[in-house]
Amino acid sequence: MTAYAALLRKDLRVELRTLRSLPAMALFAVTTFVIFRFGLDRESLEGELAAGVLVATLLFAALLAINRLFVAEREEGGFELVRLAPIDRTVLFAAKASALVIYLLALELVAVPIFALFFLDSAEGLIPLALILLLANVGLAATGTVISTIATMSSARDLLAPLILLPLLVPLVIATAGAGEHLLAADGPDYGRFGTWLALLGLYDSIFLLVGYATFDFLLED
Amino acid sequence: MSRGAEQTAAVSRPLGEPRPRGTPRGPAIELADLRRDFGDLPALSGVSLRLAAGQSLAVLGPNGSGKSTLLRILAGLLRPSGGAVSVLGCSLPKQTYRLRGRVGYLGHEPLLYRDLTPRENLALVAALHGIEAERRIDELLEAVRMSHRADDRVAELSAGMRQRIDICRAVLHQPELLLLDEPDAHLDADARRLIEPLIATGPSRTRVVVSHDREAATAAADAVLELR
Repeated sequence: MTAYAALLRKDLRVELRTLRSLPAMALFAVTTFVIFRFGLDRESLEGELAAGVLVATLLFAALLAINRLFVAEREEGGFELVRLAPIDRTVLFAAKASALVIYLLALELVAVPIFALFFLDSAEGLIPLALILLLANVGLAATGTVISTIATMSSARDLLAPLILLPLLVPLVIATAGAGEHLLAADGPDYGRFGTWLALLGLYDSIFLLVGYATFDFLLED
Repeated sequence: MSRGAEQTAAVSRPLGEPRPRGTPRGPAIELADLRRDFGDLPALSGVSLRLAAGQSLAVLGPNGSGKSTLLRILAGLLRPSGGAVSVLGCSLPKQTYRLRGRVGYLGHEPLLYRDLTPRENLALVAALHGIEAERRIDELLEAVRMSHRADDRVAELSAGMRQRIDICRAVLHQPELLLLDEPDAHLDADARRLIEPLIATGPSRTRVVVSHDREAATAAADAVLELR
């Protein structure tokens, strides 16, 4: 088994065994939808409001997993294990980002249908939206993994991660919400600028995957 | 080394009967005026020594004297602040990448994931080192009498059991250099006897042991480094 596969399997195994992140993320998302439902006093949402509620909820739920991403590595010696092993340290970046993408997919499998049930009159736009969310997940995972590594080294982890991460995620939020606005429009999905949003998300993903690859080795130094 | 102290002494001494060794080779560890500071606080300063391959070094000293810091520097986990460090022919920190996979490091805290079982932890380490070790994992677990708990979560094990598993983890990839921070910690007399053969020196294995047990450590060492 490769080091990448072993590290990814370890993360998924530990999550399945302890359920520390996924239930909290799902519960947070569902609770937030309930609050929006009563707070906005609306039985259905469309366009930019629908996209905004969905993207903001998923983003804040993702922060719960991002905050916990490297806790075991710091507290149980995982960083040392990787630093002592004859492997490229970016393997840990790849494994953690992959684990985060899987967590986000699992979250969306629960949260998006509940969002549709609570707020949407038509689920037509959800299928193209899945592609947008997939690309957004990759960007969020790449950025989240880098920032989580930095935050984990600090004693102010819970504050630092959102403080640095959220500004960096603004382009990703704009692209995801922008695409969502057209896909969740009241009169059905509008694919006019779909390609542009996809390209923007692809560019964001590529940049932050490269940033993670280029910097991760240095982040693990003492 | 305690704050304010100026010099750390390194004393090599031969011990009674020489143990059977392979052909003597170059030094496994060479330190010249090693220094490590944490901010303004010196943790180590003026440490110099030369340890031949296949030898065992005991590192002694009171709490806070820099023993664990020295071990982490030798493992490539901490950068020295000054001086020259050569480990297994690699000049640190520049050539740390060449050292990876050649050192077995046992720290103060076990490097084990608490929510994995001992077997899963060892399999993960084997994968990180790129070795097929299913059989060796079984042998190591048997050697430390932990086969019966191999599939329980590490969190459910006692401190002594975790220490035994962590020693298996440190020697799993058959490293050339063993860096052991109080390997006897939490272990009873029987467990100490079990781990002894696993962490022994040999023609192709050098060992550095941090200990508070002066008598036992010096008896088993070829050289002693006293940190103050």
